[in-house]
Amino acid sequence: MRIRIQHTTQYAYDRPITSAVQVLRMTPRPDDAQHIVRWRVETDVDGRLRAGEDSLGNLTHTLYVDGPVQRLRLMVSGEVETVDTGGVLRGAIERFAPEVFLRETRLTLADAALRDYGRQVAGATSDRLQLLHDLLAAIHRDMTFCTEATDAAGSAAAAFAQRRGVCQDLAHIFIGVARFLGIPARYVSGHLVRDDGVVEQEAAHAWAEAHVPGLGWVGFDPANGACPSDSHVRVAMALDYLGAAPVRGSRFGGGREEMEVRLSVTAEPGLRNQ
Amino acid sequence: MTPFDEMHGDSPDGIRALYGKVKLWLEQTPPETLAARRAQAELFFRRIGITFAVYGEADAAERLIPFDIIPRIISRSEWGLLERGLKQRVQTLNAFLSDIYGSQECLKAGILPPELIFSNPQYRLEMAGMPAPHGVWVHIAGVDIVRTGERAFHVLEDNARTPSGVSYMLENREVMMRLAPELFASHHVAPVETYTDALLATLRSVAPRGAEGEPTLVLLTPGRYNSAFYEHSFLADKLGIELVEGSDLFVRDDRVYMRTTDGPQRVDVIYRRLDDDFIDPLVFNPDSMLGVAGLMSAYAAGNVTLANAVGTGVSDDKAVYSYMPDLVRFYTGDEPILQNVETWRCREAPALSYVLDHLPELVVKEVGGSGGYGMLIGPTASKAEIAEFRTKLIHAPEQFIAQPTLALSTCPTFVEQGVAPRHVDLRPFVLTGADAVRITPGGLSRVALREGSLVVNSSQGGGTKDTWVLDD
Repeated sequence: MRIRIQHTTQYAYDRPITSAVQVLRMTPRPDDAQHIVRWRVETDVDGRLRAGEDSLGNLTHTLYVDGPVQRLRLMVSGEVETVDTGGVLRGAIERFAPEVFLRETRLTLADAALRDYGRQVAGATSDRLQLLHDLLAAIHRDMTFCTEATDAAGSAAAAFAQRRGVCQDLAHIFIGVARFLGIPARYVSGHLVRDDGVVEQEAAHAWAEAHVPGLGWVGFDPANGACPSDSHVRVAMALDYLGAAPVRGSRFGGGREEMEVRLSVTAEPGLRNQ
Repeated sequence: MTPFDEMHGDSPDGIRALYGKVKLWLEQTPPETLAARRAQAELFFRRIGITFAVYGEADAAERLIPFDIIPRIISRSEWGLLERGLKQRVQTLNAFLSDIYGSQECLKAGILPPELIFSNPQYRLEMAGMPAPHGVWVHIAGVDIVRTGERAFHVLEDNARTPSGVSYMLENREVMMRLAPELFASHHVAPVETYTDALLATLRSVAPRGAEGEPTLVLLTPGRYNSAFYEHSFLADKLGIELVEGSDLFVRDDRVYMRTTDGPQRVDVIYRRLDDDFIDPLVFNPDSMLGVAGLMSAYAAGNVTLANAVGTGVSDDKAVYSYMPDLVRFYTGDEPILQNVETWRCREAPALSYVLDHLPELVVKEVGGSGGYGMLIGPTASKAEIAEFRTKLIHAPEQFIAQPTLALSTCPTFVEQGVAPRHVDLRPFVLTGADAVRITPGGLSRVALREGSLVVNSSQGGGTKDTWVLDD
């Protein structure tokens, strides 16, 4: 599938900021499931974008803005050619042994309720892949998926207590439970072509990957209750949302801030059901 | 078990030649004079404001760490042994950190289990694949040494994060020279004041290769509410460098600058006394107000050196510690000069079962603990405390190690009852630069003031002593 993405994040400040620094993880890397046809990250203010890479292999940009600036816009546009690999990740950069992704983080830590849930889902299943599919189905069934964007990602435990959350929350729950069950799991941020045809989206997408011996890393998208397919564009990967967040920023001055995201993810006409 | 007494040696009536003049001085100085001098010392410390806050105490009042005016003496030949051992140890720490954040040879060779590293919260994934400037991770190490016999020194723990206490080493010497000048003059004591120059030389040597002219150094503190703030301001003053908080620095185009009245000034080396978690909100704790946004981008670009590097805390872990003798052999090819204290890793089933059977005689510590918090000292613990630790151990064995209760050496100490032996340890400070390893002869001797107590931590009622390395 040929996927086109237009992603604009605009910050408006009460008063001009004097300076800002942001670390962006908005640029996908190619793997066997995605070929990057073109990709651009730009800003409309006086600033410098310095390209880099983090220790996990994610492509980063550090944006340095000199004020005074009252409005700051990040514009990402690109086109990606994808193929369906049944959720199996191949040809991606792996800097760490899978066991590293057993680490607990504040956002993914399984509390007593999540541990109980994990034990219930796991039951007597000994096949790891089956267990992960069961977990995927369980979260999709038991959690209410909300699409409205939230400013900050909360913890898996907090979202689970309410039985509702955005895609980040569902991914965190999946990861927390998987790790509790001894399965290395990690967070993926990216984009999704919605199968209901809705193009304008409120926020970027997120899902999880878990490690299965023999197969390697396999994606699981609990918000959709399925493995990622050629509708998904994989952008960044980390232990949790914080490590893969599209933007982490800091600024001097500015007072209150309003953020507006415009995102359109389109499948190239005529190529959808190829 | 009778502990080794550093003044009397193995027999209570004996006297080690090293302490001859001290013994005479103690005999000739009336107790009232000693008491008066101790009071003067306290006044001095209070005046200069060298206090510390004890975490977890209701009033969180700032306290003085008691200073004992009887010096602890180490001979030049004993020091020579320590110095060689410390160099080897810190060389190993640096090699280990380069390795686990690099090609991980020690894991491939099976020297220690990978999960010990991978699941360690102090192992910072963010640092992997990012070599430290000049290959130095731990520029300043505080290695805690305990002594159990004439030539028996053991490493109790490695402190490779942001070790503190060096201000006490320097201040104790100053006080000692004022309060007992006659005693000081009668010995050839190796100077400790050289520490400041050694630290300056160390920090300068690790400046980024692109730094122009004399590198600019700063000391980054979390601020006045930190328990070691006195030391931060003291050291910045001694070094003649700026004491800064996160908000005094900023990063622009992957370079670090300090705000000054003359405009931004480029910074090359940051002696940081701020924990990893708080150092850059864009990479670590996003809520940190103490750090510098973009600092890690500047570091990754090779434009600034952090001393110590981020991620060194993994080697302070007490389970990792237990592998240090193997790591010394692996990286240096030599036998360890300084021994570890025997350590049971409770993560291993046979060790756990031994520990559970012998709790009343063991010391149990959290692998990530420090400062004497969260430990069990079997021989002095109540039944309830032992029961509590038994539950903890069964619940999360990988969180603990256990060690035998050591008979730490004793030194004569001026206490309520007069002069009496009290247990001591020693924290020497090891500086590693691009050019050399520098160790100031001496260090911080801590003394457990309560009779029979083995806990020397200042947070647990310990005091300090001036430490004399004698040129004999």
